[in-house]
Amino acid sequence: MSVIGKPRRRTDGRAKVTGQTKFADDLMFPRTVFCRLLRSPHPHAKIISIDTSRAAAHPGVFLVLTGKEFPIPFGVLPVSHDEHALCNDKVRHVGDPVAAVIARTETIAAEAVNLIDVQYELLKTIATPEESLATSDPRIHDYGDDGNVHKAVAMQFGDVDAAIAGADHVFEDIFFFEGNTHLPLEQHATVALKDPDGKLVVYSSTQTPHYLHRALAKTLSMTPAHIRVIATPNGGGFGGKSDPFSHEIVVAKAALMLDRPVKISLSREEVFYCHRGRHPVQMRFRAGVNNDGRMTGLDLETLLDGGAYGSYGVASTFYTGALQTVTYEIPTYRFRGCRVFTNKPACGPKRGHGTPQARFGQEVQLDKIAERLNLDPAEMRLKTVAPANSLTANFMKIGTIGLAECIRKVVERSDWKNKFRKLPYGRGVGIACSSYLSGAGLPINWNDLPHSGVQLKLDRSGGVTAFCGATEIGQGSDDVLVSCVAEVLGLETFDIRAVTGDTDLTPVDLGSYSSRVTLMMGNAAIQAAERARELLAQAVSEKLGIPKEELVFANKRVFRAGSEGLPAEASAKAGCTFQEAVVFAEAKFGTIGTTGSYTPPRPPAKYKGGGVGPTPTYSYSAAIVEVEVDPETGWLTVPNVWIGHDIGRALNPTLVRGQVEGGVYMGLGEALMEESAFRRLPARLSHALVHKFPSILEYKSLTSLDMPEIFTDLIEHPDPAGPFGAKEVGQGPLLPIMPAVANAVYDAVGVRVDEIPVTPEKILKALQQKAAGKPARYGPSVFPGVKWPETLMVTPPWEGGDGRASNEPERKKRTAEAGVEVKAGITIARESKGEVR
Amino acid sequence: MLRLPSFRYYAPTSVDEAVRILADTPGESMIVAGGTDVLPNMKRGQWKPKVLVGLRGIRELAANVPGADGARVLGAATTLTTMVNDASLRSEAAGLWQAAAQIATPHLRNMGTIGGNLCLDTRCTYYDQSEEWRKAIGYCMKKDGTTCWVATSSKRCLAVSSTDTAPVLLAMGATVTLVSAAGSRVVAVEDLYNNDGMRYLTRRPDELLTSVSLPATRGWKSAYWKLRRRGSFDFPVGAAAVSVQFDADVVTSARIALGAVASRPLLSDAAASVIVGQKLSDEVIAAAADAAYDIAKPMDNTDFELVWRKKMVRSLVTSALREVRGDDMRAKRLSLAKQVL
Repeated sequence: MSVIGKPRRRTDGRAKVTGQTKFADDLMFPRTVFCRLLRSPHPHAKIISIDTSRAAAHPGVFLVLTGKEFPIPFGVLPVSHDEHALCNDKVRHVGDPVAAVIARTETIAAEAVNLIDVQYELLKTIATPEESLATSDPRIHDYGDDGNVHKAVAMQFGDVDAAIAGADHVFEDIFFFEGNTHLPLEQHATVALKDPDGKLVVYSSTQTPHYLHRALAKTLSMTPAHIRVIATPNGGGFGGKSDPFSHEIVVAKAALMLDRPVKISLSREEVFYCHRGRHPVQMRFRAGVNNDGRMTGLDLETLLDGGAYGSYGVASTFYTGALQTVTYEIPTYRFRGCRVFTNKPACGPKRGHGTPQARFGQEVQLDKIAERLNLDPAEMRLKTVAPANSLTANFMKIGTIGLAECIRKVVERSDWKNKFRKLPYGRGVGIACSSYLSGAGLPINWNDLPHSGVQLKLDRSGGVTAFCGATEIGQGSDDVLVSCVAEVLGLETFDIRAVTGDTDLTPVDLGSYSSRVTLMMGNAAIQAAERARELLAQAVSEKLGIPKEELVFANKRVFRAGSEGLPAEASAKAGCTFQEAVVFAEAKFGTIGTTGSYTPPRPPAKYKGGGVGPTPTYSYSAAIVEVEVDPETGWLTVPNVWIGHDIGRALNPTLVRGQVEGGVYMGLGEALMEESAFRRLPARLSHALVHKFPSILEYKSLTSLDMPEIFTDLIEHPDPAGPFGAKEVGQGPLLPIMPAVANAVYDAVGVRVDEIPVTPEKILKALQQKAAGKPARYGPSVFPGVKWPETLMVTPPWEGGDGRASNEPERKKRTAEAGVEVKAGITIARESKGEVR
Repeated sequence: MLRLPSFRYYAPTSVDEAVRILADTPGESMIVAGGTDVLPNMKRGQWKPKVLVGLRGIRELAANVPGADGARVLGAATTLTTMVNDASLRSEAAGLWQAAAQIATPHLRNMGTIGGNLCLDTRCTYYDQSEEWRKAIGYCMKKDGTTCWVATSSKRCLAVSSTDTAPVLLAMGATVTLVSAAGSRVVAVEDLYNNDGMRYLTRRPDELLTSVSLPATRGWKSAYWKLRRRGSFDFPVGAAAVSVQFDADVVTSARIALGAVASRPLLSDAAASVIVGQKLSDEVIAAAADAAYDIAKPMDNTDFELVWRKKMVRSLVTSALREVRGDDMRAKRLSLAKQVL
C-alpha cells in the first residue's frame, strides 16, 4: 500500500497552521447582525412574564426573541425532546437561555439583553442526585421514569447472586467520578443566513450537522431540503458539539425573520452552560472472584447526575454498564443504572461517553483484587482477557481483541516487573485497560438507512472529489476520507479534494461522535472508490486491450501488472495515466460518479437496552502510569505514561499517535484536576447554584508543562470490520489513564483514592487516615438508595440464551421513523452491510 | 464573546501628563499598563472606568537601571518578560526573578508589567466572574453587593492578594515611588498594601506607581516558592518569599513573606526572628515554617482546599529556606513548579 499506513502530514494541516482554516467565528458576510442570549440567573424558576419593550427600543436593536417564538421542543435523542431554543415556561439551570437580542453590533446586543425584564417565580433548587432522588415535587421535567428520575434501568445476565456467593472472595467497592467538561479551544459559534435563492443556510461549529439539520427542520417547521447546514471545521469537539443547541436554532430563526446574516459567538462561560460533559457518577461494584483471579460475577450499580436536560443521557446511562464485559471474562453480570435531573447544565457525551466512569471503578477494583489475592495485576488481567470472536454475557460481540498484546507491550516497555511494588516509597506505577466502540452499532434515530455515505466525482481533468457528511473536528476525518480513496485509486492524497459536513452537498454521515467516522466513512469511501476503479478498469481494458483483472492502479497510473520494469515505450503502451483512464471511462459511461455507504451489522443483543454497546469492532488499550507522590503534602506528579492501543491498522500513524497522546492528555486532566464543580450558597440566604468557575483559567486542565513523557505503541492486526483493518482511536486511549493514576498512587504511598480527580488534598487525607490506623482510603462510603425497576432477565449465550429477555414486556414493533433521511429520498442501493472486506 | 465596554483612552507621553490626566478625571479613570488585569476585569464588569490612561507611550517608565551592590531601579512599565530575560537580575535577585518567571504565561508576561503585578486586583472565585454570574449569586461585597460569600459574617472583603512579585519585594525591603500632580512619595512595599480585599492598595487613585527600587542586595540570597495547580497560567494560591543575609553560614538578617494567603502579602517577623543568629539547620527551618504557618489565613475562594493550602505554607517556607541554604532543590522545584527555576 502506498498511502495507508504511512505517516503523513494531514491534508488540512497546512491550512490549520497558516491560519487559513475558516472556523465559524471567522465567517463574516455583508450586512451581518449579531445575537446575544439572555440567560437565566436562577437555577430553577417559573417564567411569569417577559417584557422586551425596553430592549426592542434600544438603538441598534433589530429583533428580540423569546420562548413564545419557539414552541416546538427538540433534543438529540427521540426519547428526550425536552429543550426549547428559548425557555418556554421555566428555567432549569443558571445559564438556561431565556431571550435573544439581535443587533447591529455584539456590544449593542449585550447592552440590550440587560434591558429585558423577566419576572420569575423561584422553585426549589435541586443541586445533587441525593436531593433529586428525595424530591418528587417540584419536578424539573414533566417526563421521565419517576419524580426527578430521568431513566432507571436494570438488567441481569445469568444468576449473578449465586455466582458471587459461590466465589472464593467477594469484593464490594464504592467509587465516585466527578463531572468534567470538554474544554475545546474553539468556543461554539454559528452564522445563519438566506442563500441567494432564499433557502436557509446555517454554518456552525457542530460535530453533527445531520442532527442539527433535523432539529432545525423540526423546530422551524421547515422542509428539510430547504435547509442547508454546513459544519465548519471544529476547533475541538470531544462530544461537546454533538447536540443541536439553542443558539443555533435562534440565529436560524432570526436570519429568516430579518433576511440578514445573523451571527453568534458564545463566550467561554456560555460554553460551560452548553456543557453536555462527563456525568458525575456514583458507583457500587460487587464482584465474586476465585483465588486464581477469575471473576465469577459482577454486579454494578451506577447513579448519574444528569443536569437539567436529557441530551444523550439515556444512552449515557446504558453506557455506564455496557462495556464492562468486553475486556475480561465475566460469566454473570448485573447492571443497574439511574440518571437523575438536577438544576445544573446538562451532562452528555464526552470522549468515552459514559464508559470512563465505570471503567475507572472496574480497573481500580481489579487492582484491589490483585493486591488481596497476591497476584500481579498485569498478569491477572492477561489471564482473563476475553476471547476473540466471542459473545459476552450481555451479548456484545467481540471480534478481534489485541488487549493481551497491549498489556504485554506496556509491561515490557515500562519495565513493570522491576517497578511494580519495587520503587522507593513515594514513587509508583499502576496499570489499567479499557475498550471502546468503533462506532455505535445502532443509529440514534431508528431507521434502516446507512450510517455513512460517500460520493465520488471523477472528471476528465483527472480530478477526484470525495463528498461525505462527516465533520472535521480536528481528529483528521478529512484525511481518512482522502487516504482511503487515494489508496484504492492509486493516487496521492493531494490529488483528492474532500467536501465534507455539508447537508446540501454531501451524503449523510451521522456525525463525528461515537468514534464511528474512520470505520463507517472509511468503509463507505472504499466502496465508492472500488466502484469507480471498476468503471475505469473496464474502460481502460477495452481501450488498451488489457484484461481487466491484470490492471493495477498505482502511482497515478493504470497499467498491466508487471509492466513497471519494461522499457519506457513498452511501459507506456501497457497502461495510461489516471487522467486518461478517467477520459476513457467518461467516453464510455458518461459522467463518472460513484457512491458507497455503510451500515453496521445487526447486533445479537435483542433485549431492551441491548442497542447501546454493540459496534462493528472494539478497540483496546492498556496503560501504565508512573507517579511521584510527596508523602508530606500529597503533591502528585506524573513523569511517564506508557500506552498500547489496539488500532487494527493505523491509516495514518501520525494522526493515530496524535489521538493517543491527546487521549492521554485529556485523561490526565480528568485524573488529576478537572472538575465541573458547583457553588451552592448557604440555603438560608440564597437559592443560588452556580458553576464554580466557568472559565478556562480556573477550570484546570493540563498545560504543556504538566505533560509527562508518553511512550505509545500501536498494536496493528487488521480487523475484518474496519477499512483496511482500522479500529477507532479517538476515545479509547483516554479510558485507562484515570484508573492507572489511582492504582499508581496506591503503589507509591499505599493509599486508595477511590474518586476522580485524584488530588493532593485527597491523597494527604488518605495518608492521614492511614497514619491514624483507619482505612487507608479517600472516597465515598455510601451508594444512594435508588428504587430500581424490575430487572430484565437475559440468559447468557453459553446457557442457551438468544439475546432476548425472558421477562420483557411485548415491545411495539418499531417502524422506521419518518425523519429527514426518508424524506430526503435515498436512491442509492445499500449493499454494504458491514461485510468483511 | 465578551466585549469591552466603551471608554476614553489617553496616551500620555510623560509621567507629568499622565498624573495631570488622573487629577483631572477623579473617580472615573484607571491606569492601564499591559492590560492583562484591567481589560479582563472590564469585560467582566468588575471595573467600569470611563477613562483609561495608557502607560505605553511613557518611555521613562520602562527604565531598568542597575545600581551599586545589586541595587536597582525598575520602571513600573518594565515587562515581566524583560525581567525574565535579564541575567543580572536573575543572579542578583533570584527570588524576584523566580517570581516573575512564574507569572501567568509567556504571552501574558510579554504584556504584563512589574507595576501592574504590584497593583494587581485581589482575586476571589466569587468575584472574578462575569456580570451575569455575579448577578446569579446576588453580587458580593467587593462589587455591587453587600455580602462576602467567602464568609457571610465577614465585615470586610476577603479577596486574595495574588501578586507574585510583591511578597519577594516585601522580603527584599524594596520601595516604590508614587507620583501625583501634587508631588511624589516613596513608600515601602510593606506599606503599599492593606489587608482588605477591596481597599488593598494604599496608593491613591490619582497616584501613578512609577518605579520600584531594590535595595543593595549583595550578600543576600532570596528565593520564591509558589503554589499553584499547574506549571503555567495560574495565579498563586500560596507563596513563600525569603531574603536572607549570611555571615558564613549564620543568618545575620532575614525577612520572610507569604503571598496569596490573605488580602495582602504578609511579612512574618516571627519566622524571620527564628532564623536570625542561627545556622539554617533543618530544625531551625522547621521552626520558621511553623511560625509562618501560624499567620497564613487562606479562605475558600481560590483553587485547592483552604486547610491543605495552609498546610502547604510550611512546605513552601521550608523549600525557600533550604534553597537559600544551598540545598539542591531542583527535583522539588521541578515537581512543584514543573520547571527548574
